[in-house]
Amino acid sequence: MTESALAKKQRMSYRIKIEPRLYEPPAWFPATVSIGAILLALILGGILILIAGGNPWASYVHIAQASFGDIGVLSDTIVKATPILLTALACSIAFRMKLWNIGAEGQFIMGAWGASAVVLTPILPPETSRWLFIPVMVIAGMAMGAIWGFIPGYLKAKFNVNEIISTLMLNYIAVSWVNFWVFAVWTEGGFQMSPKFPLTAWLPRLTDYGKIVPLFRGLTTHGGLVLGILAAIALWFIVYRSRWGYEIRLIGDNARAAQYAGISITRNIVFVMMLSGALAGLGGMSEVTGVIHRLQTTPLAAGYGFTGIIVAWLAKLNPIVIILVSILFGALILAGREIQPSGVPKMIQGIILVCLIASDFLLRYRVRLVRADAEE
Amino acid sequence: MDPITILQAGVASGTVLLFAALGEVLAERSGVLNLGVEGMMLIGAMTAFSVTIKTGNPWIGVLVAMFVAGLLSQIHAFIVITLQADQVVSGLALTFLGTGISLVLGEGLSKAGTVSLMPNFSIPLLSQIPILGRIFFTNQSVLVYIGYLLTPLAWYYINRTRGGLHLRAIGEYPSAADALGINVFRMRYLYVFVGGLLAGLGGATISLAVSPGWFSELTTGGQGWIAVGLVIFAQWDPFRAAVGSYAFGALRRLILDIQGPTLLFGMKNAFYYNPYLGFFLQMLPYAFTVIVLVIGSREAIRKRLGAPAALGNPYIRGERGK
Repeated sequence: MTESALAKKQRMSYRIKIEPRLYEPPAWFPATVSIGAILLALILGGILILIAGGNPWASYVHIAQASFGDIGVLSDTIVKATPILLTALACSIAFRMKLWNIGAEGQFIMGAWGASAVVLTPILPPETSRWLFIPVMVIAGMAMGAIWGFIPGYLKAKFNVNEIISTLMLNYIAVSWVNFWVFAVWTEGGFQMSPKFPLTAWLPRLTDYGKIVPLFRGLTTHGGLVLGILAAIALWFIVYRSRWGYEIRLIGDNARAAQYAGISITRNIVFVMMLSGALAGLGGMSEVTGVIHRLQTTPLAAGYGFTGIIVAWLAKLNPIVIILVSILFGALILAGREIQPSGVPKMIQGIILVCLIASDFLLRYRVRLVRADAEE
Repeated sequence: MDPITILQAGVASGTVLLFAALGEVLAERSGVLNLGVEGMMLIGAMTAFSVTIKTGNPWIGVLVAMFVAGLLSQIHAFIVITLQADQVVSGLALTFLGTGISLVLGEGLSKAGTVSLMPNFSIPLLSQIPILGRIFFTNQSVLVYIGYLLTPLAWYYINRTRGGLHLRAIGEYPSAADALGINVFRMRYLYVFVGGLLAGLGGATISLAVSPGWFSELTTGGQGWIAVGLVIFAQWDPFRAAVGSYAFGALRRLILDIQGPTLLFGMKNAFYYNPYLGFFLQMLPYAFTVIVLVIGSREAIRKRLGAPAALGNPYIRGERGK
């Protein structure tokens, strides 16, 4: 090749140049990147479904129809979204401080156990008014969740025990704990479930008002949604408008600076883990009193705590955004029950999380296509 | 309830944890925390079982399982080494991904029936040693013996070879290693890959030797996470990882066996007469993992030992500091 041809080829060729962003990207950019990441994840998931012998297009159409098709399934979607909303809020507050609470699953289960104990021990007699039952169960559920969050929080603060492993181990312990009570103590006729709760211990559902509003007939959306949205709003105020929230954000961004500012990190670790556990416990309470109406392990340990991690991350830990994202994931889980192979929703969740994490790179770096001879 | 039988079976089931923990020791020594062990083990267990059904040869199953888990680990490597993302979140995502893929591709495998397993045999002379010979060298799977070889090999490699010196350098002080001409990025990719291979081997050990078959997520049942916890307890040392792994294996066996006899230490066996107490036994491995973590962390504080200094941090060329 002659020298001029070589020079010409160089002029024509492009190369990828990666440079750190010096300025914050515009406000629309992170959302666009996240949506792009989800689209990419759906495409990758489709390829894997194809490999496994399924029909990706049919799967996705099915997911959309089975979760948003009419008001009945939309209500079912919201029922599935409610526990995810609360576990995602639980994860978001811990992650904000870079505390990796992977134990929302166990805290959720213990919350359900705590709420059930009010009915089954029984702490309150079955003829108790709903107005007393529900608040006591909320407190019991949140308290058990908070205890389950306190243990890893205390171990982390006191002995620097890795909270990822300890919270995970506590998930398994929570499942065995509830199994013991369900099998040995509160069993109904030897089956692995407790007797059904009295109606006064159920969270009100839309269908209960079917007589007044005919549209609500058969809709199972329950009071847990209200609890979840109230919790999201409260958490938003704590994180962005309170002194404590400021401390949590400061520790998360720069623990050393926070320490120099006189903020106690160990105390915040324990408190944030307890708040996180209490939110997940509230989720468990809402699930057991709003949907299952009895204590039973399988429908409780369905992975809501783990989905909460993904939802929290996808919503960039913002409590209000979490409400919307959890509805999307509720849809995925609801529709996923009927899809074959049955692992598809879990796999798609995994792919979405991987793509999201990878896409964060685009927020920190600029990728440009430049002419090879443009500079240097 | 023969203690020697329990220990013998414990060594076999501890081998699962040993492989996964050794792999994680190597990855973490290079500065990369990989919390995807559980996912890589699951995909290894699923692949090993399914390939063995197709080919009839468990050796091919093990090798393919290792390779597939190694490939999966490279997703994590790309995200945290090249894209410099948070290692904790990426590792979690890898576990989700590995679990999901294994469930989808493993659909129907649980009804696949039996396959040919990895061979068991006794070592001639060594199995004659009283007690120890029966525990360690009698009728064990070939994978168990590979575990015996791999542990000292890993220790020797890390502490006594040039490659191991480089490994420790990129985990402790990557910019200094870079200045010495060690390719930090490439080496980290490599050690994450080795970690993936070994996690896959651990998974294959479950489905082709210790408790043969495919039982969806229950196949591993959190053993990948226990392995990650053991690495912290082991202070990133292969021999301590081996001791911890075998102890946990024996504990798992003990829990299964203790519910059998009607008498225990001359008393009525409460676990036999009230099987519901078994749920508390099932908590033990997980509770012990937490206790072991407390011990490990306290010791680390007292001896001022610590994780590899660069563990969890991406290496960015030209940045000041680490």
